[in-house]
Formats: sequence, C-alpha cells, structure tokens
Amino acid sequence: MFKLRDAIVKLYKKAATSLPTDVEAALRYAHAEEKERSNTKAALSVILENTKIARETVRPICQDTGVPVFFIKVPFGIRHLEIRSVIIEATRIATVKVPLRANAVDILTDKNSGDNTGIGFPVMYFEETKGKKLTIDLMLKGSGCENAGQLYKLPVEELKAERDLGGVRKCVLDTVYKAQGKGCPPYIIGVGIGASKDQVTRLAKEQLLRGIEDKNKHEVLSELEKRLLRDINQLGIGPLGLGGKTTAIAVKIGVNHRHPASYFVDVSVCCWADRRARLTW
Amino acid sequence: MVNPKSKVQTSKLKIKKTKTINLPLTKGNVLSLCVGDMVLINGQIVTGRDKLHKFLFNKKPSKKQIPFNLEGTILYHCGPIIKKTAKGFELIAGGPTTSMRIEMYEHRIISEYGLRGVMGKGGMGRQTLNALKENGCVYLHTIGGAAVYLADRVKKVVDVWKLEDFGNTEAMWVFDVKEFPAIVTMDAHGGSLHEKIERSSYIEFKRLIGLR
Repeated sequence: MFKLRDAIVKLYKKAATSLPTDVEAALRYAHAEEKERSNTKAALSVILENTKIARETVRPICQDTGVPVFFIKVPFGIRHLEIRSVIIEATRIATVKVPLRANAVDILTDKNSGDNTGIGFPVMYFEETKGKKLTIDLMLKGSGCENAGQLYKLPVEELKAERDLGGVRKCVLDTVYKAQGKGCPPYIIGVGIGASKDQVTRLAKEQLLRGIEDKNKHEVLSELEKRLLRDINQLGIGPLGLGGKTTAIAVKIGVNHRHPASYFVDVSVCCWADRRARLTW
Repeated sequence: MVNPKSKVQTSKLKIKKTKTINLPLTKGNVLSLCVGDMVLINGQIVTGRDKLHKFLFNKKPSKKQIPFNLEGTILYHCGPIIKKTAKGFELIAGGPTTSMRIEMYEHRIISEYGLRGVMGKGGMGRQTLNALKENGCVYLHTIGGAAVYLADRVKKVVDVWKLEDFGNTEAMWVFDVKEFPAIVTMDAHGGSLHEKIERSSYIEFKRLIGLR
C-alpha cells in the first residue's frame, strides 16, 4: 500500500502541474481564433505560457488546487476502506510535496485543517468494477468554477424550459450566461440529467473526465453537445470574460433514468485549468 | 517569485501598447486609465480575499491598526500558495480569485482605506463601480489561473498581516511586483467591460433560447 500511496502523491503532482494535452490543444486553437493585438489574445498567450512554465518547473498551474475529487473503480477483493485511508494519507503528503494550497475549512470552527483533509474532504466516489485493475481518476476542481455551477428542476418557467432536451439546452445556456467570466472561461461544461439531485450533480462532474474529443455514445446527445458548444460560443463572453469567440471548449452530457415527476439537470462548470489525471494500478 | 530551479525564460507579452503604472497611485494617475488599457504594475501591492474583507468591513480597524499604508496601493484578490523557508516566504503560485464574492464589502474598503486599485478576476458589480467613480479607483482584471506566470512577476514577499488568525490563504500579504500584467475592465469614469459584455450576452442568450 505504500507504493500505491506514493503513486497517488505523483498523481496529485501530475494533475496540479501538467494540463492535459487535449485541453492545451483546444486553448491553442482558441488563441489562434482571437483577434490580433486584442486583450483577449494577450490573456490567452499568458495562459499558454503559464501552462508551459508550470509543467517545466513542476509548480501548480493555478494557486487554487481546488477540491480533490476522486472517482475510483475498485476490482473485487480490494477493500474500499483501505483505499480511502491510503488516499487520505497521500493527500497529506501531496499538500506538502506538490505543494497544494490547504483548502479544507471546518464549517464549525472556520479553521483550515492545513492538509486538505477533513469531513468529506477530499471527495471520493467508489464504484466496483468487473475489471482486474484499480482505476483512480483525480480531478482538482477549482472553486471559482465550482461556484458557477447550477442545479435545475424542470420545468423552469422563466426560461420557458420544458421537460425535454430542449429544456436542458436552455438550462445550460442560462448557467453559462450567469457565470460570465467569473469561473475562468474557456469552460468545459459537464451536464447530468436524472431522477435525484445528488445523482445528477455527481453525473455532471463525472462528464468532465471525458476527453475534449470524446464522442457521446448516444447520437442525440452527441448532437446536442455540438449544438450547445456552438450556442455557448455565440454568447461573446470569451476567454476570462474579456469578450471573444471561445467561451467553452467542450460540452459533455450524461443521462440516468428519471422519475415521472422529476427532471433534474445539473450543470457543472470547469475552468480552462481542467486538471485531471488517471492512475491504473 | 522566480524559482531558482526554473530554466524557463518567459517571453515578453506580444500585445498592443501597455501602460506602466508605478505604485503608489494618485487620483490623477487613476483618472488617466480607461477600460481596455493593458497595464504593467510596479511596486508594492497587498492581497486580501474573503476573510480579510469581512474583517475590515465588520471590525473597521483604523488605518493605524494596519501595519502597512494602503493609501494609493492596489488590493489584490488572491489566496496564494506560499512556503515558509529558512530565507523567508517563497511564493509558489499566486493568481487571482473571483472578485464578485466580496462585492458587498469592497465599496467601503475602497473609501475607508484610500485604495487606488482593486485587482482580481471576473469583474465586480454596481456598488463597486460607483465606489470607483466616487473615490478615484480602478478595477484591474488579471489572468485567472495563470498562477506561476504571475508569481514570477512578484519579486519579493515583503510582509504579512493576520497570518496567525487567517492562515496563508486568507492573510494580507505585501508583494513587491515588477511588470505585473492586468487589464483595466472597470474605470473611475463609470465604464465597465463586464456590464457591457453581460448586456450583449443577455441579448444573444434571449435570442438563443427564444425569449423575447
């Protein structure tokens, strides 16, 4: 288990300091698209330069190293509790070693635990897998963008959003309009649709693990993802909210079955610094 | 701070003309700045985010009770990653945090303490915009997420206040910066790029979802 612990510390380091290549490629494209000598283009140059420096000097891309969110697929025979305690230990080590910013604050005392561990912190989602390997996906979710997320209960009359995919589309556009530049666009948008609030928020976040180029297995959702990306980029909010062509670089939608009376839609917003990394053990 | 291990030479920004501003600023300096100006900041700035704003707003410490002179300086919305070393504090990463969270406090902090600039990301609202105009102050938008690029433009961590009470992230740090880049997005003349973009995006949003 020491080896696994050290591998998770490395996973933290990789996620915090090295932007996934598909995200970087999308940002390069966004940079090329913006007007010459505009503030927006200058801001994107700084973002790309920052990504390079962070990778080469092995320092965190963003000072907000976020809430660590783990999605863990566990094969038969490995105890979840054991993995949980290894992750907590690795988190304490990574906070010093990477370093990560200490982000876990006690609600009652308002004190920061100093090591990124606390009640329900980091966030861990376990799932059993038929496979033989343990897979750990780590997302460092910055809170500027986490605060920009929204949960909807369809129908929503103000948006004329009914209980169908057309209504879902309106919710997503509403979230991005409300977010403006506050959550560091270009965004990656994760959407979860289903029967209960807790389930759709997790599902939306899980969509953020899909690569930028990943195609939805449902044709109708794949089309909606593409349409929404075009729509969002019509809003003109632009990189960092400074105005421009690229407000989002991807939209990913996941669905569960719903109850006849419920139609929940959660929209999770991820900043351009979409820090995620995978470990297979 | 420039990491000694860093072998990367960061290139100069290839952008339109920039204005250099040296701190502390006067009201006249501020009035010469307009929405859209790209500035490079030199001098001492201070940091402050949620806890510090809540404290200044509710406890109203006098200027004398604050160990640094805030008049003419820039208050940077930033919760950095800082390491304590044998030589002092080392800034690892220090980009901006979302400014809108302190909208309810900022207008009074600007007028009470004589700030000439507030800096963060995402822009601020009407109360702050009015305070900028009334007091001769400016909102500077720096690059969200560019934490190491910006940390490399901090030449020295000069001092800190409220470290024990608020911790690393929420304390007030004094940074000596050189050529620290930011864009004026809200000025002392009532101009706000954020209001402008919000308005135009609202028209487009309504069109896209078929609302009149």
